[in-house]
Amino acid sequence: MANSSIMDTLFQRSLEDLIKGIRIHSPDASTPISAFLSKAMDEIRKEIKSTDPHTKSTALLKLTYLSSLYGYDMSWAAFHAVEVISYPRFSLKKIGYLSASASFNEDTEVLLLMTNQFRKDLSSPNDFEVSLALQCLSVIGTTDLCRDLCNDLFTLLSSTRSYVKKKAIAVILRVFSKYPDAVRVCFKRLVENLESSDPQAVCSAVGVFCELTLQDPKTYLPLAPEFYRVLLDCRNNWVLIKVLKIFAKLAPLEPRLGRKIVEPICEIMRRTMAKSLLFECIRTVVNGLSDHESAMKLAVSKVKEFLVDDDPNLKYLGLQALSDLTSRHSWAVLENQEAVVKSLSDVDPDIKLASLRLLMAMVSDDNVAEITKVLLNYALKSDPQFCNEILRSILVTCSRNYYEIVFDFDWYVSLLGEMSRIPHCQVGEEIESQLIDIGMRVKDARPELVNVGRDLLIDPALLGNPFLHRILSAAAWVSGEYVEFSRNPIELIEALLQPRTNLLPPSIRAVYIQSAFKILVFFLQSNLWQQDEGASSLIGDRTQGGSSPMIEAQLLEGNSLATYGSMTNSGHRFCAGDSSRSVDENGDEAVARGQPVSLAVSGRETSSQESVVKLLNFIQTAMESLSCSHEVEVQERARNVLGLVQLVKRYVLGCSVLHEENSGKKESETSEIVKLITDLCSEELGPVSVSAQARVPLPDGLTFQEDLSELDTIYHDIQLQPSSFSLGMSRYGDKGFPLTSNGQFKEESESSTKSESLLAEHRQRHGLYYLPSEKDGAASADYPPASGEKVEGDRHDEMNDLVKLTEQSLTVKKKPHRAKPRPIVVKLDEGENFIPTNKLESQNDMLSGAVRDVLLGNEDVSISSYGADPPSKWKGKEKLISDGPLDLRENSVTVESSDIGNPSSRRSKHKAHGKERRQHGHGKNDERREENSRKEKKKSSHHRHSRHKGDGKGGASMAGKAAADAPSDHRKISTVHVRMQVRKK
Amino acid sequence: MIKAVIMMNTQGKPRLTKFYDFQPPEKQQELVRTLYSVLCTRPEGVSNFVDVASIFGPDSRLVYKHYATLYFVFVYDSAENELAMLDLIQVFVETLDKCFKNVCELDIVFNYGKLHTIIDEIIFGGQVLETNSAEIMRAVEEISRLEAASSTISLVPKSVSNWRSR
Repeated sequence: MANSSIMDTLFQRSLEDLIKGIRIHSPDASTPISAFLSKAMDEIRKEIKSTDPHTKSTALLKLTYLSSLYGYDMSWAAFHAVEVISYPRFSLKKIGYLSASASFNEDTEVLLLMTNQFRKDLSSPNDFEVSLALQCLSVIGTTDLCRDLCNDLFTLLSSTRSYVKKKAIAVILRVFSKYPDAVRVCFKRLVENLESSDPQAVCSAVGVFCELTLQDPKTYLPLAPEFYRVLLDCRNNWVLIKVLKIFAKLAPLEPRLGRKIVEPICEIMRRTMAKSLLFECIRTVVNGLSDHESAMKLAVSKVKEFLVDDDPNLKYLGLQALSDLTSRHSWAVLENQEAVVKSLSDVDPDIKLASLRLLMAMVSDDNVAEITKVLLNYALKSDPQFCNEILRSILVTCSRNYYEIVFDFDWYVSLLGEMSRIPHCQVGEEIESQLIDIGMRVKDARPELVNVGRDLLIDPALLGNPFLHRILSAAAWVSGEYVEFSRNPIELIEALLQPRTNLLPPSIRAVYIQSAFKILVFFLQSNLWQQDEGASSLIGDRTQGGSSPMIEAQLLEGNSLATYGSMTNSGHRFCAGDSSRSVDENGDEAVARGQPVSLAVSGRETSSQESVVKLLNFIQTAMESLSCSHEVEVQERARNVLGLVQLVKRYVLGCSVLHEENSGKKESETSEIVKLITDLCSEELGPVSVSAQARVPLPDGLTFQEDLSELDTIYHDIQLQPSSFSLGMSRYGDKGFPLTSNGQFKEESESSTKSESLLAEHRQRHGLYYLPSEKDGAASADYPPASGEKVEGDRHDEMNDLVKLTEQSLTVKKKPHRAKPRPIVVKLDEGENFIPTNKLESQNDMLSGAVRDVLLGNEDVSISSYGADPPSKWKGKEKLISDGPLDLRENSVTVESSDIGNPSSRRSKHKAHGKERRQHGHGKNDERREENSRKEKKKSSHHRHSRHKGDGKGGASMAGKAAADAPSDHRKISTVHVRMQVRKK
Repeated sequence: MIKAVIMMNTQGKPRLTKFYDFQPPEKQQELVRTLYSVLCTRPEGVSNFVDVASIFGPDSRLVYKHYATLYFVFVYDSAENELAMLDLIQVFVETLDKCFKNVCELDIVFNYGKLHTIIDEIIFGGQVLETNSAEIMRAVEEISRLEAASSTISLVPKSVSNWRSR
């Protein structure tokens, strides 16, 4: 063992050897570095077990190195680290602490073994050993460690060794966060250090308070006088920055505080040369003192200097400061609008982004058009990434809260079209959803929507850009859905079926075909049959379509007739939907269709027929190739269209031959089919709330079972149901189907009635799992209600419900000052996103609670000590504390002896609190008294501390009873000015 | 609060990583790699601040400085002043310069321990404790002397003396 240990020691690779080895291996790939490193790790594993301290610690150092720079795990070596820490030799101990700080965490078990080692090192006479322990504790301190070492740290807080003291103060932050009860022990001394003559102690105490205040500002408000003193006296920029951060949080809580600090802060702003301090002042004013006009003006003028500075850092920070201003002081932003817009073309992506965000924050309904125009120009010029960032933020801003800031939807829709044509545009998905969303929500925007859609569809160049496919899909859908606003449906069909559409993915091609189908139906309806409306009595039905059962039946017929399942229609058609809608819609339609219809009528009948035939032929050729597509969606839809084309063609050709006879039957059949499909297509789609299902009220007597395993037993007898089930659904409603002449239909209706009866049977047996049928429509109206024997009155009720529902959810927004009223935007009434509110961490609450307790006591003493001369025995103790390092034992004696405090009355505490506040509001006259009282406080603080230690609630200080003037023999707080000037870069 | 101090060279090799809230080593490496991919794409003459909320979580900011072949990176939160952090990098570099007499990457590579000593004097558990490079130097020199003194004793390793006594 001894031998191997010597060999290890003599031939061990040092860290330097290891690094050299790594450097040799790095460049060439012949001997991979990973092999070298894993060999080194094997060595380390062996060496670290050595009993020789030097060998062991060197191995640990190497391991720490490999862990921190090469990511090797070193948690397995935790115990070795503890061992190395326990070595008395400083150089080795340091290695141990280094590796512990780097690798230990809350879950490291061996931490339990370290308490005594920490205690030993904290009481070491060597400053640097103490420092090592503190350093480590500040990173890895756990609740247990902090609790056990609390007293040791308390002792160090008043150490005379400045080097140790500043670190002890800093470690308190970790202690408080892990073990809030430590507040009772250490808080007083921490506060005292704010007024210490040692600038380094002040510096780190302010640092600790800054962190604490940011977490919970309210608790530290009573300490404002102390911070104020630091603000006035301190000349160290680092400390001032921290104090300013504290005040930025405190000032909004207490208006009088704001009045007091505003002048000193402005003074600093005027005189300081350090940009960091200046920036902090600006931020403090912007966030905490925004009610003080003169300070705000000064701050904004300084921000302006930042914005026009050549230094990108200052520009960046200037923009940040501005963005803090947007919510409450938009004038400041508007003043600097020019600089902001200029920053859009900065080289720095972060600056560009910041200015973009600022611009978007400035957008209102008045300037949205101008700002987006400017932004689009920038988008055209900038790199793809930023271009899309611009587009995205425009889309987000404009669509916020149901297009709140958009008044002119024609403008917005054409803006969307414009955005689609920007070369780098990659936001197809967003534009797609907005185009459809607007189509559904804003009726008035539809004509322009169709217009923009046409422009997009007709441009063959756009088909080549895969990012635009989604937009094209939306354009296709829009032009199919709202074809009645189109000036030239034939043109649209040609655009939809142009050869380059083979560049589209199948899902979007399917949308194209579907749209072409809808347009064709519309075209046929308006061109072929509309004109002899008088002759054909059947057409008359159309206007009466409003009666809901009729429509329902027609829709369903249409369904089966053209094998036009709602399943295939992208699944978002709600046929059972709004009867009220279709009533208006019919009226609208008549008006809207006036234009194309009149055109058709004015033309010759024959020429119109010719054009129809031409169109039909065109569609037929286009569709025939598609009908063999491998994609089912495309294939099926293409076949649907083909079927219709052939049907109509037969009629048209036959009609032209037998025109004179005007033979009723065939014509009426075909025209009826087309008419039914038209009605089907003209059913308006509306937006559906995400949570619509949740709004269905829970019926009485419905009980949910947690475990659905029972379903298996229920379903086992209908295993094969699903396929026929869906078939039944899509074909549902064949009852009362008028055209039963065709044998095929009969068959189908039979099969569907069969499955339907199965369904009804199932429903009867397990009615528990079904929602009552009248609620179906509200929840999801995808399919007609499933109950077969529904009476008409029932249906009327359902319709009434729906009418009510739509009335509820339609919110009309009008702004009277507009010349042109804003179009109605359909909104669903419930909020679509929930913002979960997180509760504060309990740890934090505990901390602030503890601090509040201590602070209340603190004020008590500070007030009572106005005229109090603390009893002399405390004086003596105090000297001990402030003059030399206090022995631990002595300290504990003090604690015991001080337990005899008088029990206090809560009332006096509260009174004191009030006084403190008032005093704080006073002018400079009070300051001297304040100062005195603080000195006083310092004197009695040890006493106070012990009181809290002994009895958490604290007794009224004995000092509080005596009444005398503040003693003058106290050492003056000398303000040492430190030249620790913050460097300018 | 400072969350992390990272030094890496312009090839993305880490030279110093110090995280003030515990991160497992693999995570540290991942963060360094992500950071490098961000830094190396930044053109010259842009600001030293980078938005890193996506990498280090909310309320985290980053300042970096590029010296010769090295990136100096500080990650911090809203309790620190941006420009002060930039100055702190300057303090750090100045101290390194004093310590190594014209510091270059090689000094950094071979003085792993000393590097930590220096940064630990400046930043203590995430808080800035010392910003005067003369003060820092004094402490660092003191520590080095102490280390040297304790390791001169180790010139006769215990194991050797044990062996001889046997």
